Amino acid sequence: MNGNSALVILIAAIFTNNILLTNFLGMCSFIACSGQIGTSLGLGTAVTFVMTMTTMINYAIYHHVLAPLGLEHLTFIVFIAVIAAFVQFVEMFVERFSLKLYFALGIFLPLITVNCAILGASLFMVIREYSFTQTVGFGFGAGIGWAVAIVLMAGLRQKMRYSNVPKPFEGVAVAMIITGVLAMAFMGFAGMVSIQ
Amino acid sequence: MVYVWSVVCFAGLTMALAAVLMVAARVLVNYGICKLDINAGEEPLEVDGGQTLLSALYANEIFIPSACGGKGSCGHCKITVTDGGGPVLPTETPYLNRKEIRANLRLACQVKIREDVFVRIPEDLLNVKMFEATVASSVDLTHDIKEIRMNLVEPAEIAQRPGQYVQVQAPSPEGPVFRAYSISSAAHEPNEVELVVRLVPNGVGSTYLHNVSPGDTVNFTGPYGEFHLNEDPSVEIVCVGGGCGMAPMKNIIYTLYERWPERTCWLFFGCRTTEDVFYLERFQELAKEHPNFHVVYALSDELEDGEKWDGETGFIHLSVDKYLEAGVPRQAFLCGPPLMIEAVTRILLAKGLASEEIFYDEF
Repeated sequence: MNGNSALVILIAAIFTNNILLTNFLGMCSFIACSGQIGTSLGLGTAVTFVMTMTTMINYAIYHHVLAPLGLEHLTFIVFIAVIAAFVQFVEMFVERFSLKLYFALGIFLPLITVNCAILGASLFMVIREYSFTQTVGFGFGAGIGWAVAIVLMAGLRQKMRYSNVPKPFEGVAVAMIITGVLAMAFMGFAGMVSIQ
Repeated sequence: MVYVWSVVCFAGLTMALAAVLMVAARVLVNYGICKLDINAGEEPLEVDGGQTLLSALYANEIFIPSACGGKGSCGHCKITVTDGGGPVLPTETPYLNRKEIRANLRLACQVKIREDVFVRIPEDLLNVKMFEATVASSVDLTHDIKEIRMNLVEPAEIAQRPGQYVQVQAPSPEGPVFRAYSISSAAHEPNEVELVVRLVPNGVGSTYLHNVSPGDTVNFTGPYGEFHLNEDPSVEIVCVGGGCGMAPMKNIIYTLYERWPERTCWLFFGCRTTEDVFYLERFQELAKEHPNFHVVYALSDELEDGEKWDGETGFIHLSVDKYLEAGVPRQAFLCGPPLMIEAVTRILLAKGLASEEIFYDEF
């Protein structure tokens, strides 16, 4: 059992153990959808929401169904099914209540299904043996962390539109380099708190 | 034991998730009744929101051409949506060029009705009807091509122009789909529709049509197609077909000689072997009645020992090149595989035809 309080885990998941910038999970939508701050904020919010909810649901399923029955080998496929179903649900919800966000997210909303950060968060939750409150803190924190990273990235890329990027580095290449720089900057938080 | 538990557990969870999603779909994807305005008509249709534009139009007996059954994979169901369609979706962009997007063209199968929608549909398409017909005969023309004649039941008449096509409704494991076939019966036989169908391995439509027998009921929508035969009798008509690309040209030729018995018309038809030749005798009969009708069949494969053939040999565009003189006013209709169309188009352009006078059905 992990000894940190939920609040510490939340802070750590945002800064020191940012799921995107230290584990490099969820890179595909991060690169593809970080063109504009508005869109990335929407996607970040969606990811945060989905991540918090799916880690909670997966916690319940893992500890109350899979573990008691000794079916830990089903962890991956069950988590993926839960995430897929939940994203479907969120998609219907967003389509109904925010058509603008729905069209802005476009095909990236269904792509959250295969966003590895979401599955990663659920699996970390199992590996690190979090309790339920810790899971909530971690899921929410990891989501916020991902959202912070993509919004930062979108801001940088918006600025970059007016800068002189050498031709071979234009587009995704320079985005990858900036992600690396961003990750190094986040290493500055490393001494603050630490979770494993 | 662990296998049983695994299966039970996973199945149970999946079913629970599916149930939650179904309830959510009922509650969330419910847009109430929306108005659907066609060509700024006086009385807009009232349709259930949440469905696609294509299915709403079908439900109101407006049959937009669509071959894939609304999966967004054929790109046939383009219509103008002036308002209420939302932005163009990534699923549509492969089928729309920039000019079409600027003209508000959309794929009707991808536009979801969430609010009042305003569309414009050409008058021609509004005249498209759903027909019920019974099969009168099904005849083998070659080893893989059949001629299927149908008597119309409801409505009893079809107002078609030569070159137009119908969309036959064929059953498939994923529900009914539509497949396009040109009408081969002449326009002056409004009670009948005849199709010439080649069996495509694993093809949904052709397998279905090859297995119907006299007396069976077939449903189709139509007629579709923009082709208009040139009304000036001094203009020659050139028909070039290959493989099974015969249906629209048979319709053109018979309709033509019903109206203008003296008009000049060329039929070039390319086959591989003598086994693939069909309709040659009936066209030769027709050519005897109408001296200005010229029939040229060509075989592209070499003759086997003992086979007799007194027609042309080689690819069909070579025969076109050989027989047609340059500089005569003509209208051309081509029907066949893309490479043939390309080769024949090149020859026809060299013979002085304007590209607007060359029409084709490619498959």
